[in-house]
Amino acid sequence: MSESDDSMSEIDAQEQNHSNGVGGGIPDYIMNLDNIPAKLPTHLELHKTRVICNIDAPQHTDPINYSGAYAALGVDNSVRLDNFCQNFKVEVKRFTDEDIEFDMIGIDPAIANAFRRILIAEVPTMAIERVYIANNTSLIQDEVLAHRLGLIPINADPKLFEYPDNAGGENNEKNTIVFKLHVHCVKGQPRITVKSDALKWLPNGSELIADDTKPNAESKPKTFTSFRDNHDSKKKFAKNPPAPKNLDIILAKLGPGQEIELEAHAVKGIGKTHAKWSPVATAWYRMLPEVVLMEDVVDEMAEELVSKCPAKVFDIEDIGEGRRRARVVNARACTLCRECIREKESEDGADKAIVIKKKEWEDLISLRRVKDHFIFTIESTGAISPDVLFTEAVKILEDKCERVITELS
Amino acid sequence: MEHGSYTDLSKSTFSLMDEDHTFANSVRFTLNQDPRVTFCGYSIPHPSENRVNVRVQTTGDPACEVLKDGCQDLMLMCQHVRSTFEKAVNDFKTSKTGDHMDIV
Repeated sequence: MSESDDSMSEIDAQEQNHSNGVGGGIPDYIMNLDNIPAKLPTHLELHKTRVICNIDAPQHTDPINYSGAYAALGVDNSVRLDNFCQNFKVEVKRFTDEDIEFDMIGIDPAIANAFRRILIAEVPTMAIERVYIANNTSLIQDEVLAHRLGLIPINADPKLFEYPDNAGGENNEKNTIVFKLHVHCVKGQPRITVKSDALKWLPNGSELIADDTKPNAESKPKTFTSFRDNHDSKKKFAKNPPAPKNLDIILAKLGPGQEIELEAHAVKGIGKTHAKWSPVATAWYRMLPEVVLMEDVVDEMAEELVSKCPAKVFDIEDIGEGRRRARVVNARACTLCRECIREKESEDGADKAIVIKKKEWEDLISLRRVKDHFIFTIESTGAISPDVLFTEAVKILEDKCERVITELS
Repeated sequence: MEHGSYTDLSKSTFSLMDEDHTFANSVRFTLNQDPRVTFCGYSIPHPSENRVNVRVQTTGDPACEVLKDGCQDLMLMCQHVRSTFEKAVNDFKTSKTGDHMDIV
């Protein structure tokens, strides 16, 4: 690829490209070009598919996806759905119970970002929302304790539950999980650390009495929840009872004579309302880095290059006659720290030879990012498996589309 | 909600409630790929209000139809992404269990 020689012509073609892209209508002959795939010149193809990371700032970061962008050149830039389906690939690199790392090739940043936003904010989970405190003589204030309880990840499948009806509907077994916490540090005992394993699941619903009316002999006293049948009877909870995912989260510390007695109700929600309902520790993506050596880097400069890179992207290979050459072995590990193209200020101004050599690092190495290859990493809090999380996120985007389509028709 | 001229149906602004960048950017991307679209963009009038304005201008087709087609394309893309991802995860799982069996 001859990219090192045409810097001036690149800039001219780029300006021409931009003015045509904004221009507007598509000439008729474009429509007739469907069967003839016209290709872009190499340097334009490079601008379209790669972000070039220079030492000061990245270039060509915008994905040029307007269908008439290259109309003056006679190239159809529109991506039909079947082209997308053919070119799209997913490769899973790492998959455990808690996180997944996979590559998505052939997708646009707009959609990858939509998936990331939905994963963080719109996939529902269960988290503690209402805390009824009967007794709290510890040093931790009521609201602080309730806040900490809300942040505990709960191991319950949100698909089995409905959203709570906040307009005053009843809290029944279809939308609430009830936990109880009762810890008492007796005088004379050493201090107790209250951890999340102290939360006990109540399958029969709340046990705290809500009303002031005297209970009759026939009817049960009215509590804060009205469970018709208990959760125990449901087989789905038999093997996997709802419980905190991590049992070693410290909630409070009690000294002698202090007691905490409370009931916590967990409901379904999404991360947009409060971050406690976010199912991921975090989810992020980065574009695949591409490191290209424009010219051969040999001997001492090769050794220097290999030692400069902290991510071990380069390696030495022997090319015979005692000469060594640098080679890119692990471009995926590149973190774009730009150490390899940084010019070090030489302390000794008189040593001109070395200064001239270092000035050429920028021309020797081209750091790029591939615009449509995303390395996605999802770290789950543990309640839902990360591959199920991604599938749910895609389903939610589909539901949004459907909602808009029905509104339009 | 569609705001546009009653006589010229090829240009209009769609005001969507309860949406944000997540959906608007994706649908703007699919609309830009459509050769019938001359201009497409979205804006959020105020960040405190959950509303997005999507502007679509076409070469003659009604903007409403083009937007519907864009949403359909996005839905089909999502379904394809989902099936490809599930297949890739299954392949990874079977290849990993296959390795374990070989070692044993």
